[in-house]
Amino acid sequence: MLAFTFRRLLALIPVFLAVSLIIFLILHLIPGDPVDNLIKIGASAGQRAEIEARYGLDRPLPVQYLVWLGNVLQGDLGTAIVGRRAVSAIVAQALPYSLMLGGCALLFSSILGIALGIVAALKRDRWPDQAIMGGVLIGSTMPGFWLGLMLILVFAVWLGWFPVSGARGWTSLVLPVLTVGLGGTALVARVTRIAMIEAGQRDFVLLLHAKGLPVWRIQLFHVLRHALIPVVTILALRIGWILGGSVTVEVVFARPGLGSTLIKALAQHDYPVVQACLLMLAVAVMLGTLLGDILQAVMDPRVRTALQ
Amino acid sequence: MLLEVENLSVTIGQISPLEGVGFSLDRGEILGLVGESGSGKSLTALAVTGLLPLIDGRVTAGHVRFAGRDLAALPPCALRALRGKRIGLVTQNPMTAMDPVQRIGAQVDVMSRLHLGLSAAAARARTLELLTRLRIPEAAAVCDAYPHQLSGGMKQRIVIAMALAAEPELIVADEPTTALDVTVQAQIIQLLGEEVKRRGLGLLLITHDMGVVAQVCDRVAVLYAGRIAELGPVGGIFARPAHPYTRALIDCIPREGTAPGSLTGIPGAVPSVTTYPLGCRFHPRCPRARPICSATVPPLLNGHACHNPLEGADG
Ligand SMILES: Nc1ncnc2c1ncn2[C@@H]1O[C@H](COP(=O)(O)OP(=O)(O)OP(=O)(O)O)[C@@H](O)[C@H]1O
Ligand SMILES: [Mg+2]
Repeated sequence: MLAFTFRRLLALIPVFLAVSLIIFLILHLIPGDPVDNLIKIGASAGQRAEIEARYGLDRPLPVQYLVWLGNVLQGDLGTAIVGRRAVSAIVAQALPYSLMLGGCALLFSSILGIALGIVAALKRDRWPDQAIMGGVLIGSTMPGFWLGLMLILVFAVWLGWFPVSGARGWTSLVLPVLTVGLGGTALVARVTRIAMIEAGQRDFVLLLHAKGLPVWRIQLFHVLRHALIPVVTILALRIGWILGGSVTVEVVFARPGLGSTLIKALAQHDYPVVQACLLMLAVAVMLGTLLGDILQAVMDPRVRTALQ
Repeated sequence: MLLEVENLSVTIGQISPLEGVGFSLDRGEILGLVGESGSGKSLTALAVTGLLPLIDGRVTAGHVRFAGRDLAALPPCALRALRGKRIGLVTQNPMTAMDPVQRIGAQVDVMSRLHLGLSAAAARARTLELLTRLRIPEAAAVCDAYPHQLSGGMKQRIVIAMALAAEPELIVADEPTTALDVTVQAQIIQLLGEEVKRRGLGLLLITHDMGVVAQVCDRVAVLYAGRIAELGPVGGIFARPAHPYTRALIDCIPREGTAPGSLTGIPGAVPSVTTYPLGCRFHPRCPRARPICSATVPPLLNGHACHNPLEGADG
């Protein structure tokens, strides 16, 4: 298992290099002189020279990339042009908010989604199933920002239960978590339902019934146990997606976080910050994939055998 | 009588794959249920274990009586209490029969924990003893393995162990040897036979192989296209089959001297449920068919359902 994790980590290195290369190239792909993109307009010639030396901008592109990558790996993400602070400090400040929101949303959509999926699968083609699947369909077609605005309107403006925006205390977390989580809930519920129905039709279920096991035990400890393998994999893959997907929600609720930092940096042409945010999101997606692979191996002995 | 199946008809949706099937089985007895693929053997097994609802099937006529009680009259929970505890089922395909993500030991243990109320440790001790008796080498290691790590023969034995674990009175074994090679087949059949004699339980042995029937069964029921074609003691039926279909099945047994592949197969194929012919369902393939065979259904009399039974047969 440890060897497997290690191998998967090694396999992620080329992916990381490719992603980092693209993120690095952003600076050179956008129109204009990279130096202009890295400093404030009207900077002195001395400042220009300093920047050029620091990023090695007078040297060939591959060397520049290596210099940049070396800095990144040492945690030096550059200096924000607008904020004039270390980018790493900006990211370190924003990340906990995003992780909190993403983590709570993931937890919320896992618990509610799996529960709804189970009920729908057990009551297949009867009214609870139809009601849940109908709700799921509506939930999955609603764009996050619109849902967020509606929730603000009802629960913050009309009912006044939760604050409209900001990130003070747990009450400010409720509406953003609902907004991010409801879309995920729909997906998780659908996958759980299908996976349970599919697992319920497998051959081995017949023998479990023949053994005289109680139906609830068969459904929870065998059918659900199998259905959770794809569900958990999908949830792990969503980790990165949720961090990135919270971008609009963070903006709608004016919450600090990776997403709103990214949007702000884009608007201000603060490219070092943009690069850092994208890098964080990419790393989150990669770690999510890794986690998905590991969880699958943990949950399925056949996968473990195949790995050896 | 331990098991009585009387005039049993089963429908699944629009089709009726079993019609008027009947046989009985006593303690200490092995009844073979033979027939070609699609003749309704597995459905009979499901009906006997009360599992038809799982595949949306239902009994439309007749009875299944176990130890004198009509299964249809039992509520689902009473039926469940019977399964595993008093009626053990060995399902058809050992390769896919077990939960692939649970260790073998736990899958066998659950039987004695659930039905005999044993503690975890006692159940494991029992499991080890059972596996050893079924000649599974290194039973402790097998308990720690997952199903995909075992061979087909081993899995088949484990499924049999599960069926035996709670000391049932009746075992229904659905083609317990089909997926296995010949030497393993013989071993498994022998093991089952030993258990029946040792504990005096009833065994309904489903197979499509007349050779297996000749080897261990006391009596045999021949199923063709959802109906019983012939029913009786193995000795009599092998010596003087009355139904041409039984005769053809016996002729299909590979014997010493015949090269493999040179079986006198039965010409034609089993009709599918939706295209069962009128009258005797075997008549399109039957060398002895007469006009009456395509007109009226032959009743099961004197152990055979045939308008034109073979010469020399009783009755
Ligand atoms: N779940 C099901 N739904 C619909 N029809 C079924 C189902 N199971 C079986 N049947 C039908 O019932 C008939 C008898 O099936 P059954 O599985 O009992 O055959 P069998 O004698 O066990 O054959 P085999 O030797 O291949 O196992 C088949 O023709 C099949 O079409
Ligand atoms: Mg079958």
